[in-house]
Amino acid sequence: MIYLDHNATTPMDRRVLGAMLPYLENEWGNPSSPYRFAARARLAVERARHKIAECSGCRPEEIIFTSSGTESDNLAVRGTAYALGSRGRHIVTTAIEHHAVLNTCRALEKDGFRVTYLPVDHSGAVRIEELERSLTAETVLVTVMHANNETGVLQPVREIAALVKRRGIPFHTDAVQTAGKMPYPVCGLGADLISLSGHKLYGPKGAAALFVRETTPMSPILTGGMQEKGRRAGTENVAGIVGLAHAFSLSASLAEEEYKRLETLRDRFEQRVLASIPSAKINGAGAPRIPNTTNISFDSVDGESIVLGLDLEGVCASTGSACSTGDPEPSHVLLAMGLSSKEAQGSIRISLGRESDEKGMDAAFEALSRTVVRLRSISSV
Amino acid sequence: MGSVTSKENAEQPEYSGPVLFYNDTVVDHFVNPRNVGELTESETDGYGLVGDPSCGDQMKLWISVRSGRIEKIAFKSYGCPGAIATSSMLTDLARGRSVEDAKRITDDDVVEALGGIPERKKHCSLLGVMALQAAIKDWEAGRGLKKESGA
Repeated sequence: MIYLDHNATTPMDRRVLGAMLPYLENEWGNPSSPYRFAARARLAVERARHKIAECSGCRPEEIIFTSSGTESDNLAVRGTAYALGSRGRHIVTTAIEHHAVLNTCRALEKDGFRVTYLPVDHSGAVRIEELERSLTAETVLVTVMHANNETGVLQPVREIAALVKRRGIPFHTDAVQTAGKMPYPVCGLGADLISLSGHKLYGPKGAAALFVRETTPMSPILTGGMQEKGRRAGTENVAGIVGLAHAFSLSASLAEEEYKRLETLRDRFEQRVLASIPSAKINGAGAPRIPNTTNISFDSVDGESIVLGLDLEGVCASTGSACSTGDPEPSHVLLAMGLSSKEAQGSIRISLGRESDEKGMDAAFEALSRTVVRLRSISSV
Repeated sequence: MGSVTSKENAEQPEYSGPVLFYNDTVVDHFVNPRNVGELTESETDGYGLVGDPSCGDQMKLWISVRSGRIEKIAFKSYGCPGAIATSSMLTDLARGRSVEDAKRITDDDVVEALGGIPERKKHCSLLGVMALQAAIKDWEAGRGLKKESGA
């Protein structure tokens, strides 16, 4: 199997599993319990918090553990909207966010919030001037993802952070695809709230975190006990949290090297595709992108058919977000970039990762080439 | 990890929700579509074009009719695996049948012959049926004008 869907999820690193096992086997105490046995679980959670803070460039108190990137996004968006709803009821986001943000904003519209969904240019990036124009005295949150999960296009998050800081508006960024993978600590982006997730980092599923700047107001969305200082109730997923921290620090230590390696592999793959598959087009190629992602449109063939064709040849790729598999509508991200419905329908996403190598990419290229040629030969278009 | 479509996966779980799941017959028709291609102009007695690429699928279908029977049938299809497999199966069901018989083929017949298709893909099976109906209409309209006695 050649796995090329790392933006959906990643295989768990053995070392991460090793770090987690003691907390599934022996150290199963509840971190909130009042005896020494459970205190070891509490210590593990706090050590994990310190580790993540260290790698991210923030203070440990600013890390909240959650169950998923989706929960982190929900907590960031709903939490600030609820906390600041009396000050204003306007939220600014983009048309290309992950559904975890997009559908949360749509839900908030039903609660009386007004939401601006900023368009993106043809390269897939939001324009800072457009964002600036959308801000009002009523704006209580700006949420713009760091790298898009479908195209890998990086958004001007640093510039946005600086802009909204001057206006005193909290800024959230969904950094699920980039946290621990860029050659700089994620809090260097300057956002007030940052979502990150373990299973995109060769860590476990069900473990994620949200960075919240100490001064940023945020209401809890899960209420109950006083875990996470009342900001996120629920008994901690101790093994998951340990795994998340381990995965995060491993990933951060490899980030610089991996960034270059993946970029070389990805660029070479794209060059081969462009050189030998007629009318193939790289979506987002005109903007800065994360190095592991390529999104390619093929004329007159359907993306889902390509993905099944690749699957039958042992290559795992996708048409877009795993959260939208089976959705008959073409990708909202590609449509927002100005692709026609037919172009968007004929697109696939290939996302590389730690086990990707030249040999695998060559085999994937051959399989892709064969699949597209075959589908074109039976296509009516 | 085997693909979800692998043969050794005998006990295939019922996927619901967003996960697409095609059975082995559907995958077989996707990989080896029957009657794929075009008929030449002289072979063609009826032609149907349905669907719209901008809506996700399109199908072209050609038939050659001899003594009221569909002697040859060919198709080309743009779309998802469901569209390709149902197009293929439809042509398999129609080939060799009398035109009157072929007219009665329904989308349910196609789905049944494939042993089922994901709920979200059921609309795909309508495309082939509509293309066949269009080709038969075309044949009916052109009969007598063209080469009805040409056999």
